[in-house]
Amino acid sequence: MSEAVIDRENGAVAAKGRSLAGRAANAVVSRLVILVPYLWLLIFFLAPFVIVFKISLSQTAIAMPPYDPVLSLADGVSGLLEQLRQLSIDNYVWLTEDALYFNAYVSSVVIAATSTFLTLLVGYPIAYGMARAPASLRPTLLMLVILPFWTSFLIRVYAWIGILKPEGLLNQFLMALNIIDSPLIILNTHTAIFIGIVYSYLPFMILPLYSSLEKMDYSLIEAAKDLGCTPNGAFWKITFPLSLPGVIAGCMLVFIPAVGEFVIPDLLGGSQTLMIGKTLWNEFFANRDWPVSSAVAVILLLILIVPIMIFQNAQARAQEQER
Amino acid sequence: MKSLGSIRRDFAPWADPGAKPYISFENVTKKFGDFIAVNDLSLNIYEREFFALLGASGCGKSTLLRMLAGFDEPTSGRILLDGQDLRGIPPYRRPVNMMFQSYALFPHMTVEGNIAFGLKQDNMPKAEIEARVKEMLRLVKLEQFAKRKPHQLSGGQRQRVALARSVAKRPKVLLLDEPLGALDKKLREETQFELMDLQQSLGLTFVVVTHDQEEAMTMADRIAILDKGEVMQVATPAEVYEAPGSRFVAGFVGNVNMFEGRVAARDAGIARITGASGAEIIVENAGDAETGNAVSFAIRPEKIKVSSRRPEGAVNAMEGEVFDLAYLGDMTVYHVRLDDGQVVKASSLNASRVTEDPLTWNDRAWISFPPDAGVVLTR
Repeated sequence: MSEAVIDRENGAVAAKGRSLAGRAANAVVSRLVILVPYLWLLIFFLAPFVIVFKISLSQTAIAMPPYDPVLSLADGVSGLLEQLRQLSIDNYVWLTEDALYFNAYVSSVVIAATSTFLTLLVGYPIAYGMARAPASLRPTLLMLVILPFWTSFLIRVYAWIGILKPEGLLNQFLMALNIIDSPLIILNTHTAIFIGIVYSYLPFMILPLYSSLEKMDYSLIEAAKDLGCTPNGAFWKITFPLSLPGVIAGCMLVFIPAVGEFVIPDLLGGSQTLMIGKTLWNEFFANRDWPVSSAVAVILLLILIVPIMIFQNAQARAQEQER
Repeated sequence: MKSLGSIRRDFAPWADPGAKPYISFENVTKKFGDFIAVNDLSLNIYEREFFALLGASGCGKSTLLRMLAGFDEPTSGRILLDGQDLRGIPPYRRPVNMMFQSYALFPHMTVEGNIAFGLKQDNMPKAEIEARVKEMLRLVKLEQFAKRKPHQLSGGQRQRVALARSVAKRPKVLLLDEPLGALDKKLREETQFELMDLQQSLGLTFVVVTHDQEEAMTMADRIAILDKGEVMQVATPAEVYEAPGSRFVAGFVGNVNMFEGRVAARDAGIARITGASGAEIIVENAGDAETGNAVSFAIRPEKIKVSSRRPEGAVNAMEGEVFDLAYLGDMTVYHVRLDDGQVVKASSLNASRVTEDPLTWNDRAWISFPPDAGVVLTR
């Protein structure tokens, strides 16, 4: 073998080595990229949750912060162990003893489920109409759906007070048309909460529904009709089943935040409304009972884990199907 | 016997003046806004016929099919199926089924579910549905794939499911929109013959839309060639190829050489055509061309003989130079530039393995053809 050949081979080996090193570097970079969201979740989700969970195991105290024990290493490791020993599940036991909490949880889930269903009823025809609209019109329609986000959520909910109150716009309008004689009482009822939730969360329902309806091949509907299916039948046998991933995603995106909703029941639902978000707020700010409100929050999270998992599952399946 | 008839013996209802058409388009016009997709078109299709609508994209062939299926209504004119006017009848009440170009298989249903879908709409008893689905699966050889979802199948298998689904209801007419368009070449050729067998064994009327002339030629009893929403010619594949009715049809189907000229003299069927450069062509099939008419003489490449010397006794012969040639194995295609500048394509079958003194680039060559090898076109 001549030297030149050996040289070239060495060069090739060196190049190979470099490319191997490059690949290893790439692997490190891709791990780092994955690390960023995990770090984010760790710092802004898991850590706060651990803190809340720890507070839920503490007792109220007239102190700063208003609970006891406060974990610290001031008294060394033995001191820390002593503090840990003081933690108890008393607050969780308390939640089961007072019917208020149970009722608030149930009422929240019922209100959230009802309003999710109503949002679906309102959102589906809108999303369907958008998906079937001429392609040139669709961006505008999407824009219109997102447009309300440009103003503050709080202001929009306040605006509903103006519309729904006994001397509000809606009642004035209906009375001017002589449809009703005396004002309808809508504000401070469950109806007002439903209106508020449906209105506020409608875009979260429409967008996933739209995206699943829009990518549906219209020739499937034609095929169904061709095979003897009426338009109505084609909707229930083809369109609706194929839009199920969107239905599930939309329902979960509305249901999950609606369960813990505080602003809408507080502003539109009046004082007698029992929802867990309000209960939590009261425990925290009115009673200054951080441990009990933390326990309420932890249980709320546990209740929501099931729908969140359904949501994740549906998303994963939808992605699977697209592949 | 010389003829340009049907390939299926004893099947030519279109030639029988007493035969009743099964599907009739009567002066059908379809407009989309200002665009005229189908223009005052009349067409008859007979029972058990394998009929092809052939044309480039945008010629209105798919619109015709969609009007037959009921997805579009004609702007004017009417469509009759077995004597019944189809106007106003929605697609789900028409006794026709369609196989879609995209197959349009329901992605959330299994192969079985897809095939059973149409039968369920008719409230057929469950046992009968099962039996029919089994029969269909056997017909398209997909028995072991019954429980699969469409996305777990190959393109060819999906095409079979779509076919099985569309024939499961035993429609009076099966409409096929580019049925083989999504398959690769080899599979397409196999499937062509399967479709023909299926049509024969089920005894259905098939109307197929295609832009692929070879596909139409292979499968159809008759072909309608469409251009800009109008029928250019309706004829058997052999007629379309050997006796095209117009320059458009001659140019659209297969390869063709066109000689422009004027009819110098005409005696019975025989005409003498003189080209601009003075070259003369003697033709037997002059059709309706009259003396003085500007005509095109159309001749297919395989009808032209290429030789290094002028063949003895040739009626039509012209001299030129081999300007290009392509050896394709089974045949060789010559491009001969005649002395007047026109380039003529001629293909010759390589019937023996070796040729003495083969022609090559820049060789002087003669092209020749008998008087009945081409047709005279006035349109």
